Amino acid sequence: MDSAFVIEKFILVAVIFGISLVIAMYSTYAERKVAAYLQDRLGPDRAGPFGILQPLADGLKMFMKEEIIPTSSNRFLFIAGPGLALLCACIGTAVIPWGSPVLIAGKTIPLQVSDINVGVLYIFGVVSLGVYGVMIGGWASNNKYSLLSAIRAASQNISYEIAMGLSIIALLLMTNTLSLKEIVDQQHGWRWNVLYQPLGFLIFMVCSFAETNRAPFDLPECETELIGGYHTEYSSMKLGFYLFAEYINMFVSSAVMAALYWGGYNYPGMDSMAVWLGPTWAPLFGTAVFFGKICAFIFFFMWVRWTIPRFRYDQLMNLGWKGLIPLAIANIIITGVVIAIIEKF
Amino acid sequence: MSTQVFYFVATLSIIFSLMVIFAKNPIHSVLYLILTFFTFTVHYVLLNAQFLAVVNFIVYMGAIMVLFLFVLMLLNLNKETEPSKSPLIKIVGVIAGGCLVVTLIGSLKSASISSPLILKNPGLGLVENLGKELFGPFLLPFELSSLLLLAAMVGAVLLSKRDEIEA
Repeated sequence: MDSAFVIEKFILVAVIFGISLVIAMYSTYAERKVAAYLQDRLGPDRAGPFGILQPLADGLKMFMKEEIIPTSSNRFLFIAGPGLALLCACIGTAVIPWGSPVLIAGKTIPLQVSDINVGVLYIFGVVSLGVYGVMIGGWASNNKYSLLSAIRAASQNISYEIAMGLSIIALLLMTNTLSLKEIVDQQHGWRWNVLYQPLGFLIFMVCSFAETNRAPFDLPECETELIGGYHTEYSSMKLGFYLFAEYINMFVSSAVMAALYWGGYNYPGMDSMAVWLGPTWAPLFGTAVFFGKICAFIFFFMWVRWTIPRFRYDQLMNLGWKGLIPLAIANIIITGVVIAIIEKF
Repeated sequence: MSTQVFYFVATLSIIFSLMVIFAKNPIHSVLYLILTFFTFTVHYVLLNAQFLAVVNFIVYMGAIMVLFLFVLMLLNLNKETEPSKSPLIKIVGVIAGGCLVVTLIGSLKSASISSPLILKNPGLGLVENLGKELFGPFLLPFELSSLLLLAAMVGAVLLSKRDEIEA
C-alpha cells in the first residue's frame, strides 16, 4: 500500500466528511426557510444576510447549553447513544460514488472512497444499524416516554427495511451487480433506472422516509404522544448529535436514491460535455449535477414534512406490511417476468 | 499482517462473548453479543467471504439483535423481579460446570494445532460465485431451506391469529 494511495483516500474521506457535515448544517437552515416559505412566513433572517449564519448560532447555542445527565440513567450508554447515531449516519457515505474518476496532475483519482462489490448491501447494513443509536439512547434515559419511542423506532425500522430490501431486489435483477459504482455507470446519459423501475423507486423512497424517521413517519418523536421522543432527556450537544444525525441520514439517503434510481452523476448530453470540458472538469461537473439531484431530494424531504400530517401508528404499520411489502413483491415478479421475456426473444 | 489481525479480532471475539455471559444487566449482554457478531463480520471479511460478512451484518446485527433488544426493553428486568435460585440448583450447576471443564481440558490435551486452511478458490465467497454455487449444484437444498422458512412464517402468522379464531 503506497503512501500516495493513503493520502489520496484520506483527503477524499476528509472532504466527503466535511461536505456531509456542512450540508447537514445548512439543511437545518434550509428546513426552517422551506417551512417558513410554505407557511407564508419569513423564517430566520437575523444572523447575517438572509440569516445564513443561523446554523453557526444554533451550533454555538447547543455547545453552550448545560449538559444534563439524569442520575438514574445508564451513564455510559446515555453518552454512547448519540455518538452511535452520528457514527452510523456518517459511515454510509463511504461507498457512494460521487463522480467519475478525475484527472488531477496527471493522476486519475476515483471519487469514491471504496468500491466494494457488495456496496448496496453495505448501505443496507448501515441503515439497519442506525436504529441502535435511537434504541440505546432511549433505553439509557430511563424514561418511559423515551423507551416507548425507542421501541417504536425499532419496530418501524425493521418493518420498513423489509419493503426497502424487496424494492432493491427488483433493481438488482436489472443491474446484475451489487456495486454502486457499476450501477451508476450503467445509467449513462439518459438511461436512468427510475424510468424502468418507477414503482420500485416509489417504494424505496417511502421506506427511506420511514428509515430516517422523517415526517410523515416521525412517530418516534411524536410530540403529542411522547413529549420529545427518544431524546426527551437529552440536552446540549448530545441532543444536537441526534438532530444532526437525522439531517446526515437525510443527506445519505438522498444520495443513495439519486445514485440508485436517478442516474447519479450522469446527465443527458454528458458525452459532448466531456469533450468540451476535458477530463478534469467534466467529472467535477458530473459531481455538481449529482449534488444538484441530492439537494432536490433534500428539498423534497422538507416539502413533504411541511405538507403531510403525521401518520397514526397503526396506519404506519398497515402501510408497511399490507401496502408496501405486497407491492414490492409484485414488482419483483413483474420485473422477473419482463426480463425473462426480453431474454427469450 | 492478516494473521496478526486474525489473532487480534479472535481475542476480541472471545472477550466479548465472555462478557455476554458475565454481564449482570441483560441489555448489556445483548450489546456485547452485538459486538461479538461484529467481530464475526470482520472474520468473514478476512476470509474474503464478503457476501457472508455483509449478510451477517444485516441479518444478525441489524435485525435479529434489534429484536432481542426490543424484547428485553419491554420485559423491564430488574434485580427485584429475578427469581431466587434454590441451593440445590446451584449445586447441580457447579457439578455440570465441573464436568464441562473436565471435558474441555481432555479435548484440548488431545488437540493439535491445525495447519492453516488454504482455499482452492479464494474468490468463492464473492457474491457472483456464491450465487452460481447456490443456484447450480445446491439448488435443491437451497429451495428446501426456503420452504422451511416459509413454514415458520406461516406458523408465526397462525399463532398471532389464534385469538381471532377462538373468539
